[in-house]
Amino acid sequence: MSDQAPATDDRLAAKPVSRTRETIQTLMANRLAVAGLVVLTILVFVGIFGEAIAPYGINDIDIPKRLTGPSSDHWFGTDELGRDVFSRVIVAARVSLQVGFIAVGFALVVGVPIGLISGYYRGGVDSFLMRMMDVLFSFPAILLAIAILAVLGPGVGNAMIAIGLVYTPIFARITRGSVLVVSEEVYIRAARSLGAGDRRIIFRHILPNVMAPIIVQTTLSLAFAILSEAALSFLGLGVQPPNPAWGRMLAEGRNFFEQAPWMGIFPGLAILFTVMSFNFVGDGLRDALDPKQKSVIESRGQSA
Amino acid sequence: MSGFLVKRILQMLLALFGVSIVVFALMHLVPGDPVRVALGTRFDQDLYDALRERAGLDQPLIQQYLSWLGGVLTGDLGVSFRNGQPVTTLILERLPATITLALAALFIALVVALPAGIISAVRSGSGLDYTVSAASQVGISMPDFWAGVMYILIFSLTLGWLPSSGYSPLSEGVVEWARHLILPALTIGLISGSIITRFVRSAVLEALNQDYVLTARAKGLSEWQIVRRHVLPNAWIPIVTVVGLQLGFLLGGVVVTEVIFAWPGLGRLALTAVKDRDFTVLQGAVLYIAFMFLAINLIVDIIYARLDPRVRVS
Repeated sequence: MSDQAPATDDRLAAKPVSRTRETIQTLMANRLAVAGLVVLTILVFVGIFGEAIAPYGINDIDIPKRLTGPSSDHWFGTDELGRDVFSRVIVAARVSLQVGFIAVGFALVVGVPIGLISGYYRGGVDSFLMRMMDVLFSFPAILLAIAILAVLGPGVGNAMIAIGLVYTPIFARITRGSVLVVSEEVYIRAARSLGAGDRRIIFRHILPNVMAPIIVQTTLSLAFAILSEAALSFLGLGVQPPNPAWGRMLAEGRNFFEQAPWMGIFPGLAILFTVMSFNFVGDGLRDALDPKQKSVIESRGQSA
Repeated sequence: MSGFLVKRILQMLLALFGVSIVVFALMHLVPGDPVRVALGTRFDQDLYDALRERAGLDQPLIQQYLSWLGGVLTGDLGVSFRNGQPVTTLILERLPATITLALAALFIALVVALPAGIISAVRSGSGLDYTVSAASQVGISMPDFWAGVMYILIFSLTLGWLPSSGYSPLSEGVVEWARHLILPALTIGLISGSIITRFVRSAVLEALNQDYVLTARAKGLSEWQIVRRHVLPNAWIPIVTVVGLQLGFLLGGVVVTEVIFAWPGLGRLALTAVKDRDFTVLQGAVLYIAFMFLAINLIVDIIYARLDPRVRVS
């Protein structure tokens, strides 16, 4: 997807506008996507400067103030040791984002090329790659993560490896599935009959047409990766004490849920909003990047 | 079709072979002596020797693998390092609870997702579409453990309608069975349904945009006829795939929900095995879940081929 569209590309021939600029414009017109971007920007800022912004230290114990509800001193209340829940939620943002980006980046970089090769060449290569993916795919995310952490010991780094490995076959499969369908399209045969090589066909004709499901999957996976890390921390296998993690705060809060629901509610909301923001941005990107879907909206607008 | 079937089954066996190697390697990657680790403070020399001999840990690695594989093929997954119980028995005890929860959750998911996704795509851009999209966004973004804890707070602790945890077998009465099943099934079913809704919507929207839909519209077919005759048959492939994936995850990946609701399923068995460092049980549980997962993939592939002859022929 380059900025310079060749004159033969009939989709852009009528009005030569930069695809990137068009994408950004469409994205900015989507209010939910903009809201998601704003939240994510704040989150990244908070992730980088967490300790500096937090009003209290993450492990400042204040027993007399234990289990007090939200107030002007402690916006999200305090936990069973009197630690400030707001400060802990803020500082925990960093580890969630790190795990999400690194794990999904890994899955994307490995999985998409596998899917492209597999779906395009089919035959023996396809069988071999897909059987390897099947093996990886035969382990549900959390279970594989748990098994790896059982061997390597609990920790954030190992959680990233496990989550990344688990999402690799999903990208490979989804890419392959779309490639199989797209390969049957007339324009692929046309390109081939015009003498286009495999590389040109894969990158210029197939990849742009299978991007939409990959983008949808990337946003879902970022969301899932963050959820998976939270789940692992909830089970006590991810981030270790005394460092705060949203999942672990929720697990600790569960024991005090009737007395101090804020201990569980706020970390849960933090996860919910983070994941939702990723989804909003991803949806906006999909609408902006997927010309087919856009033409549906446009044609409906005209016929109405 | 039968040639395709044989090929797929052979491929599944090949994948199972790969899985068995990974699962076997898992236990042998653990630093130290797994039996000693599992016994921990309850160390007893006789028990230790017996367990080591039973697991064949003194033999060469290849031999250990082959005899373990031989056991697996005859349904013998070894014994727990923790309490000496056969792993196969432990797994079979947990199976009904896991399958019950997975199917109940998938049922809830499909009942929600199919109508919501289709209507949302057909009425794309309408207020209804936005409502469905917003609801599915919240569902997808919801941590299962948070949802579960919230349901317990509302329906068990506050309203007192439903039990907060545990499993009641169907043989002990339908009402108790259902009462225990509702909250855990809702916890994961609604999340799973939100994911499926998105894919259904995308798939239907994609199919709606094809030339044959234009043709159908030009022929004067009603919108509903177009959806039923032209759109859905073409949208099924991605939908079947994602439903298959979801069922696979539900059968093996609901550890957290099982923990919250003290649900005696396979996921919790695996987690307990990790905490107890009981590696034969972990190995067996992971292998079993992987087997179910592969079987579902096989079924998805077969349906896939039935729905799209192009895949089958190539």
